[in-house]
Amino acid sequence: MSAAVLRSSRILFLAPLLFVFLPESSLAQENPYIIAYDHYLEEPGNLEIEYFSTFGTQRSSNDFHAFWMEFEYGATAWWTTEFYLDGQSTFGDSTVFSGFRLENRFRVLKREHFINPVVYVEYENISGADKLLKEVEGHDGERDYADRNAALREEHHHELEFKLLLSGTHKGWNFTENTLAAKNLSNNPWEFGYAIGASRPVALRASAKRCSFCRQNFIAGAEMYGGLGDRHSFGLADTAHYVASVIAWNLPSDWTLRLSAGFGLNENSHRLLLRWGVSREIIGFGSMAKNLLGGHR
Amino acid sequence: MREYVRALAASAALSVSMALAQQQKPPASKYRQDALVYAELSKAPQKARAKRNPLQGDPDAVAAGRNLFEQHCTECHGDLAGGGRKGPSLLVEQVQDAEPGTIFWILTNGVVWRGMPVWSKLPEPQRWQLVSYIKSLGVAEPVPWRGSSPKPSSGSATAPPSGHR
Repeated sequence: MSAAVLRSSRILFLAPLLFVFLPESSLAQENPYIIAYDHYLEEPGNLEIEYFSTFGTQRSSNDFHAFWMEFEYGATAWWTTEFYLDGQSTFGDSTVFSGFRLENRFRVLKREHFINPVVYVEYENISGADKLLKEVEGHDGERDYADRNAALREEHHHELEFKLLLSGTHKGWNFTENTLAAKNLSNNPWEFGYAIGASRPVALRASAKRCSFCRQNFIAGAEMYGGLGDRHSFGLADTAHYVASVIAWNLPSDWTLRLSAGFGLNENSHRLLLRWGVSREIIGFGSMAKNLLGGHR
Repeated sequence: MREYVRALAASAALSVSMALAQQQKPPASKYRQDALVYAELSKAPQKARAKRNPLQGDPDAVAAGRNLFEQHCTECHGDLAGGGRKGPSLLVEQVQDAEPGTIFWILTNGVVWRGMPVWSKLPEPQRWQLVSYIKSLGVAEPVPWRGSSPKPSSGSATAPPSGHR
């Protein structure tokens, strides 16, 4: 087994242990999407800590395991802010830290409507070795990830990304559509992409008893995402697209587990993307941080 | 190495901005804030008010609603719904005398500009289960917003829920 695989395995298994030492948390009702966003924001004052893994196959090079830590904070009921740390291990190559992202989502409308818009703004500072495939945009394709990490790390992306999230929930079903526009702050054209998703809890009524395996704790669905070219060549030509099944298990013991099996839909796409994630919510984190900085109780 | 430093600086900036965003209101403004939230009840449209609780009279709905309340609501409204640091008491006449449809409407739409998130991510039956539980609580004497548990009115279902944190 190579050193990269060993390091990757350590990160894979040790990162979730961090969550064990977290203070009081509450049962979340998390959606199962890993790429698409719905219109629900983090509850104000709460911090959600998430860890995600992606195993991806790679033609003409080695498979990889990409991972990220995500810190999601509800600043207000209409504003959620997030911070990501990204990394990846390419089998037979190396393990690298690939950058960070700062993300903000703003709810636009005061009340719930048939379609609810949320504005998403993100700044990315990542290297070309970033293999999360968290957003597929422009003409991104599998061939872009085939080089060795040493070469990929030479490439830097300082990117601003905007999304319009349109989402609604009806009869237990959530439907969401995300339109993406990204601009590398160097002299690159605007690139575009999309993500769509649908999901539903397996049961709509809650049971009168607390239970781990009750059907209402499981939310299942599907998502699809891909690139739409850039300003000079908008469209589906030479773009990558994926479809994935997704499921979330919201445990009464305060954990949420997510699983996703994604498949590339054309020759530009990775054949297989297996993802899993674990998250935990810390209630009242904002108050704790304020007290730490000398605020009054 | 520079990337690590940048990442650390960004996370420090984020922590400070999060702490500043979480400005805690002193009690006087808390009462004003609560009054503004109660006022939202009167904004429910007639069609929403007229909705009947399809789970009315179902004892399982109250028990399930209690579980949901513990999971999603106690953080703001307190363990016994008597009010918390962020959310108002639900044991007041404004809430207890409101039509079930009005409470359902508030749960669905939240009071976003005043800090209450939308809860439409809970399926409709679960929101009705929450309504059943909240309506089962009855009116209690007012207590200081950060005080001890409220005194429930006789016959109301404000006994401490089992297994709560």
